[in-house]
Amino acid sequence: MHFASFRDAAGRDEEIREIPDGARVSELWAALAREVPLCARMTSPPPAAVNREYVSRDTVLRDGDEVAFLPPVAGG
Amino acid sequence: MSPFLTSSPLDVAALLLEARASDGALCLFVGVVRNENQGRPTTAIEYQAYGPMAESEMVKIAEGLTREFPATRVSIQHRVGRLAVGEPSVAIAAVSPHRSEAFAACRAAIDRIKTTVPIWKKEFHPDGSSDWVDPTRGEHRD
Repeated sequence: MHFASFRDAAGRDEEIREIPDGARVSELWAALAREVPLCARMTSPPPAAVNREYVSRDTVLRDGDEVAFLPPVAGG
Repeated sequence: MSPFLTSSPLDVAALLLEARASDGALCLFVGVVRNENQGRPTTAIEYQAYGPMAESEMVKIAEGLTREFPATRVSIQHRVGRLAVGEPSVAIAAVSPHRSEAFAACRAAIDRIKTTVPIWKKEFHPDGSSDWVDPTRGEHRD
């Protein structure tokens, strides 16, 4: 899932990706950063959510997981 | 949409009905769209949310505050979509037997919403340009 500035930069609000078995959140971010210049310019990876819960970058992804990298939140 | 996230105008009056017989205080905070940000004029703000996660994060905030402030309960409404200057974007009611806990819980709720709830805002300017607000950049006041 893509949101806010990442959605604009990626040009889509969601996508389905095939990733290697055992891939971690950090590796998925690295793949995204190779494709989306805005993501590549970030000095540190943004917070990530898997299945709508904040997770650490070391989290191993499983088939069917819903992943989102969250730009700086600005509610209120 | 839900008690927490809505694309309709906020029902602030409904929050005034949250107090129970045991409550002596209801602290209400309403955030509204301001006409400028960091010196730059704003004509409207579009709020975008990761709906289901924003919802669950707001539930966590409300439940956490009830644990931290016993006998206190917090209700939150957050708007999504495009809002004009002056429109309420977020409304929080904290009810408690006494005002001290109601004020503290209400303050903590808005601070946590701005930190953890996946909601973003795009500001529109008079010249037609727009940009996503990044609270990690520039000076932001509470």
